[in-house]
Amino acid sequence: MRLAMNLYGMRAIYMYEMARTGRTLLQSIVSPVISTSLYFVVFGAAIGSRISHIEGVPYGAFIVPGLIMLMLLTQSVMNASFGIYFPRFVGTIYEILSAPVSPFEIVVGYVGAAATKSIALGLIILATSELFVPVRIAHPAWMLTFLVLTALSFSLLGFILGLWADGFEKLQIVPLLIITPLTFLGGTFYSTSVLPQPWRTVTLFNPLVYLISGFRWSFFNIADVHVGVSVAMTLLFLAICLAIVWWFFKTGYRLKN
Amino acid sequence: MTHAIAISHLSKTYASGFQALKDVSLDIRHGEIFALLGPNGAGKTTLINVVCGIVIPSAGTVTVGGHDIVKDYRAARSLIGLVPQELTTDAFETPPATMRLSRGLFGKPANPAIIEKVLKELSLWDKRESRIMMLSGGMKRRVLIAKALAHEPQILFLDEPSAGVDVELRKDMWQLVRELRASGVTIILTTHYIEEAEEMADRVGVINKGELIVVEEKAELMRKLGRKQLIVELRERLNVLPEALAGHGLTLSTDGMQLVYTYDTKAETTGITTLLDAVRNAGVRFKDLQTRQSSLEDIFVGLVRQG
Repeated sequence: MRLAMNLYGMRAIYMYEMARTGRTLLQSIVSPVISTSLYFVVFGAAIGSRISHIEGVPYGAFIVPGLIMLMLLTQSVMNASFGIYFPRFVGTIYEILSAPVSPFEIVVGYVGAAATKSIALGLIILATSELFVPVRIAHPAWMLTFLVLTALSFSLLGFILGLWADGFEKLQIVPLLIITPLTFLGGTFYSTSVLPQPWRTVTLFNPLVYLISGFRWSFFNIADVHVGVSVAMTLLFLAICLAIVWWFFKTGYRLKN
Repeated sequence: MTHAIAISHLSKTYASGFQALKDVSLDIRHGEIFALLGPNGAGKTTLINVVCGIVIPSAGTVTVGGHDIVKDYRAARSLIGLVPQELTTDAFETPPATMRLSRGLFGKPANPAIIEKVLKELSLWDKRESRIMMLSGGMKRRVLIAKALAHEPQILFLDEPSAGVDVELRKDMWQLVRELRASGVTIILTTHYIEEAEEMADRVGVINKGELIVVEEKAELMRKLGRKQLIVELRERLNVLPEALAGHGLTLSTDGMQLVYTYDTKAETTGITTLLDAVRNAGVRFKDLQTRQSSLEDIFVGLVRQG
């Protein structure tokens, strides 16, 4: 028995969640790949053929980081929120709560699995996009860093959502009504520098602008905001999510009464 | 020697203001089968959930195997297996997969041999490839027991194990519980079926409205609180109780064919001999005698009504 840390417990949650992805392969992997391909067809080929370049990058390639981010954000949130909400909904959460696992281990298990899936998905979408447009990556290490940090942050956000939600409707609201619009408005398909004032300033309040900009910088060396700011904002977001999760477990919010 | 579980001045008031447990103190001995009886909403499940770490207590302390459930929760919880009341299962998983999760959660390395052994003991081995959603209610109950046993716990909580279970499975389960006890596992069960407690328990606790009314050896409880009745079957109908028998505390049944004498088993003299002499002297002829001991159910109903 390891009293300091229940590695077996953490691993059990992680493996269990990964096995769930295996069962829902169509929904987890195939469907986001198909929708991304459709974005390429519509925005990249149909519309993109009329837009030549943005800041020196062919439009088809320009949208790749944004599209990966769009999928990464929505899938991270959905995977992680469902992962923890479902046991709460059906009642199997009793076992997690009665097991000798710490909140940290629970979070690592659930969020780690959700983030792993999202990172894998992001890489698959990157590979898919290669089929449509040639993509060059200027800073591969930074690209992976942004990918991992974003997947972790938004899986944590999903975990928070899954703990907070008391119905399937609430579970859907955040990805559909908040994440997706903010991603679209955050420069997925365009550079925010092309926006007129005051909209350009307004976008600075959209946290996703920083993620997409930083991620795009790692590909093409172009950014709407300085990359340092992007990194700082990503870390800040991660820290806020960690603090909320810590508070949830400390108070037993929605878990214990 | 420390107790398997030591509960001291435990109280729980939910956010709604409902006080589910009121200053409950209880020690569970190693290797015993303890039955916790109580009507719906008495606090049985809350008590279990506090010990298992699912509900945060408002006051009081609990130790499991000498480990505090809050400060030393890992050591405390790793000793416990919990079979919940509700049939909450991972519908899309197979029994071995869900057991592997349980075993891992409780900090044990994978061990296919243990999983196979438990599945076989619970007659689930044939269903190892089936998704749990395809299993019957009784089978799902077994899966929950299998999950609770997957990490070889020293203490097993069975919360209403017989709810919605057919007679055959209930008997199988009782057998399993006896075998587990024989292997040294401490068992705490809550039940509505008094018959179950009467059949299985070494000790019985009765909880009502969040208060532990009584904790006693089952046999002692039945001896202390149980009353016996002597029923005298008459040859001829009596319309009224003869005056000569008036002082003996007898009652005449409504059909006039039985005299019923209630006596205390703890009393030094039961008064039966005197009574039968008096019956004979009064010229009342009887054809048969029978005695009836009040069941645990009678005792339970009596206690809860008083409460």
